[in-house]
Amino acid sequence: MSATLKLDNVTIQFGGLRAVGDLSFIVNPGELIGLIGPNGAGKTTVFNLITGVYQPTVGSIEFGCVSVPGHRPHQITRLGIARTFQNIRLFASLSVFDNVRAARIMHLQHGITHALVRGPAFRDEETTLRYEILDLLDIFKLRDQADTPCKSLCYGDQRRLEIIRALATRPKLLLLDEPAAGMNPTEKEELMHLIRFIRDKFQIGILLVEHDMKVVMGICERIVVLEYGIKIAEGTPDEIQRDPKVIAAYLGSEAKKEEPLDA
Amino acid sequence: MKHYHPQLCLLAALAASLGVSLCSGNLDEYYLDILLNIGINIILAVSLNLVNGYTGQFSLGHAAFMAVGAYGSSIVTLQMGKALLVVFGGAGWVAEGATFCIALIIGASCAALLGWLVGMPSLRLRGDYLAIVTLGFNEIIRVVLTNTAGDGPFGGALGLKSIEPYTNFFWVFAVAAIAIYSISMLVRSTYGRGFLAVRDDEIAAGSMGIPVVRYKVIAFVIGAFYAGLAGGLFAHLRTTIAPDGFNFLKSVDVVVMVILGGMGSTVGVVVAAVVLTVLNEFLRDFEQYRMIVFALILIIMMIVRPQGLLPAGFSWKGNRRA
Amino acid sequence: MEQFIQQLLNGLFLGSIYALIALGYTMVYGVLRFINFAHGDIFMLGAYTGLYLSKALSPLLAVLPWPFGIALVLLLSMLLCAGLGIAIEFLAYRPLRDKPRLNVLITAIGVSLLIEYTAQLFFGATQRPFPTLIPAGNVGGIGALNVTQTQLIVLITALALMFGLRQVVMNTRMGLAMRALSLNPTASALMGVNNSVVISFTFGLGSALAAAGGILYASLYPSIEPFMGILPGLKAFVAAVLGGIGNIPGAALGGLIIGITETLVAGYSQNIGIPSGYRDAVAFVILILILLFKPSGLLGKVEREKV
Repeated sequence: MSATLKLDNVTIQFGGLRAVGDLSFIVNPGELIGLIGPNGAGKTTVFNLITGVYQPTVGSIEFGCVSVPGHRPHQITRLGIARTFQNIRLFASLSVFDNVRAARIMHLQHGITHALVRGPAFRDEETTLRYEILDLLDIFKLRDQADTPCKSLCYGDQRRLEIIRALATRPKLLLLDEPAAGMNPTEKEELMHLIRFIRDKFQIGILLVEHDMKVVMGICERIVVLEYGIKIAEGTPDEIQRDPKVIAAYLGSEAKKEEPLDA
Repeated sequence: MKHYHPQLCLLAALAASLGVSLCSGNLDEYYLDILLNIGINIILAVSLNLVNGYTGQFSLGHAAFMAVGAYGSSIVTLQMGKALLVVFGGAGWVAEGATFCIALIIGASCAALLGWLVGMPSLRLRGDYLAIVTLGFNEIIRVVLTNTAGDGPFGGALGLKSIEPYTNFFWVFAVAAIAIYSISMLVRSTYGRGFLAVRDDEIAAGSMGIPVVRYKVIAFVIGAFYAGLAGGLFAHLRTTIAPDGFNFLKSVDVVVMVILGGMGSTVGVVVAAVVLTVLNEFLRDFEQYRMIVFALILIIMMIVRPQGLLPAGFSWKGNRRA
Repeated sequence: MEQFIQQLLNGLFLGSIYALIALGYTMVYGVLRFINFAHGDIFMLGAYTGLYLSKALSPLLAVLPWPFGIALVLLLSMLLCAGLGIAIEFLAYRPLRDKPRLNVLITAIGVSLLIEYTAQLFFGATQRPFPTLIPAGNVGGIGALNVTQTQLIVLITALALMFGLRQVVMNTRMGLAMRALSLNPTASALMGVNNSVVISFTFGLGSALAAAGGILYASLYPSIEPFMGILPGLKAFVAAVLGGIGNIPGAALGGLIIGITETLVAGYSQNIGIPSGYRDAVAFVILILILLFKPSGLLGKVEREKV
């Protein structure tokens, strides 16, 4: 089943405000695409459109051969699209282990009756699941903290946990919403390695919204640039950096090329 | 064998209930009554905890489901009791037990069905709106029951009388044990983690593939089912029921237990149910002060210790094993 | 036909009282985003303060012409209950300012029960008659239609208070601050608005209106008891939701609709074939319908959660 994401002439209006206008682009399976633009350009809105939180006013969004609009968010995740959030949205009362475990619910074979009777089939599935989750945490070096409350993790680890949780849903396309926000330069370097690693190991497409130009230019194969909800440019990092419209949108992209002072 | 630890505990609890029940003839009526009320309140609190505590949906209408269970089961035993007894071989504890069991299940199923009907549309609403809708629903049930014909099967404002006193220690504590077992085991499983995820962050839960509304409805229906069982047990203990006994204040009673015990802590709400039932008994002569005490408990708990007296600790202690 | 218009009028009078209470709900929701469960009990306390004030001031009231008498009782009662509302906010809700909304809702239920049962303790559970502040008498009517003096004064007072509220909200600095706060608390604080003061003011204002509603209601149905605030409070809440919670004209509109619908249903209950006891369920049915089909209310706007 092809895992291509295709947006075609997508527009969304909130009353009088057109947040995204006539947007079209494609993410092929296994590609690492960046979505950038000044604040308010509509990047998170695009994510919300792709994941079913919003419905487009006009236009179509297709993943594989399935039309995304009209499905609820959890159905879209089952199609193979997972995401992280701009502001970390972990399950605050759950442990690291359980946060990932919650993401595996959609793949469960057992339902309520099994959970109550707790027969051999149930126990087998739970045991297999436990090893799978621990292995996943191990890959990202969080295995030792499996039982700690996720709130106790440091910020960088929490961001990583959110990514791991999204990966646990076995997506074909991963949407990362500003994963580098609030990170120091070292953490950003690690993040860049991590994203490349994820793409290579899990063979999934990644769509990345990010403000940090170093990160975006460093790992993305292609970049889509939005301004006021409209696509003003699309191309490789080199092409984008030289595009006059992009430079104009950022008003002094010279400053952006240095390490930006994060708020 | 150790894998079946929880199931064995349940069987032990059931056996113990039966044992105590058989000896309960020696217990003072008054204390027995209090124990049975404790048991019924445990069932109510644990079932509401699934909805309010574990799934984070604020339902203020639990008494309505209790009412449906109470009336449903009572109508079965009143109208069809004799026929059922004959089916099961005449008088004797087997026949009575079977009749009661059927009546309870019918009552609870009606409550569950109603929970589904009410939950499906309302659980899409925001927290505070859901509270008001469930409160309104509680009122509607009470008004409907009050306005039925006085001589009809529902008894109108005066309710039903002369209900067979089938409730005994075994039934109450068997159901309580089953309720505690099923709900805590459910929540501990991977499937059950979904309830907590919905509570913590609905949007994130949906994005992780969890069908949020379905989980809310399931919690609501299970809660309603057990409330219906509690209602049936209550009816066959008191032998008289009236619509006013299932009003908003009764719902608040159960809410106070859940809040005091810690939303999302089965152990906590069980303890709270015991404490508050006993407190109720002490304050029985001071009815005027009882509600003031309850109200103060609510206010002070919310300001000082909103997580409850015994908040859920098991989230991060050995939860790797389902 | 005449009966229909009579019922309409009756509903209008009742609805104007619901509107007064609904305004308090909607204003508090606007600035704090929570449903003040205890609001209906301020309504009850308004009636009781009216009762005790008229007893305490009876020598004075005997010499004053009755419009001044009722105005005096009304104003003093409103002031007292405004103070009470401010005190409740300060003691019970303010400590929970940053906590989840559900916690505050639970506290509000606690406050409501506390007020009701303490009132029962102090005032007694039995119904008390409310003094006649407005002399009885008909204002006349057309044919069989009848409007009493009391009803007319109730309507006029309610409308005057609503008009006064609109002036405060639209034409004063405090009103502007209230509107700013309800739109964006962070921004309003950054613009120099003392949010705490505005919230206290809003509570005071809402409570004053509820108290007025209590006295007017008690003038129409002169028998008061500690739990009289529950049903009107809930119906007024439904009215606020019907009009669009947070929307002030909506609350007034909602109150009128609920009042008229309830009276019509009760009046024609025989014709529809349902017992008249169902009049109390009308508001809840309306609530469920509105939440199912248009949760933002008639005049409200949809609020989206930012993801």
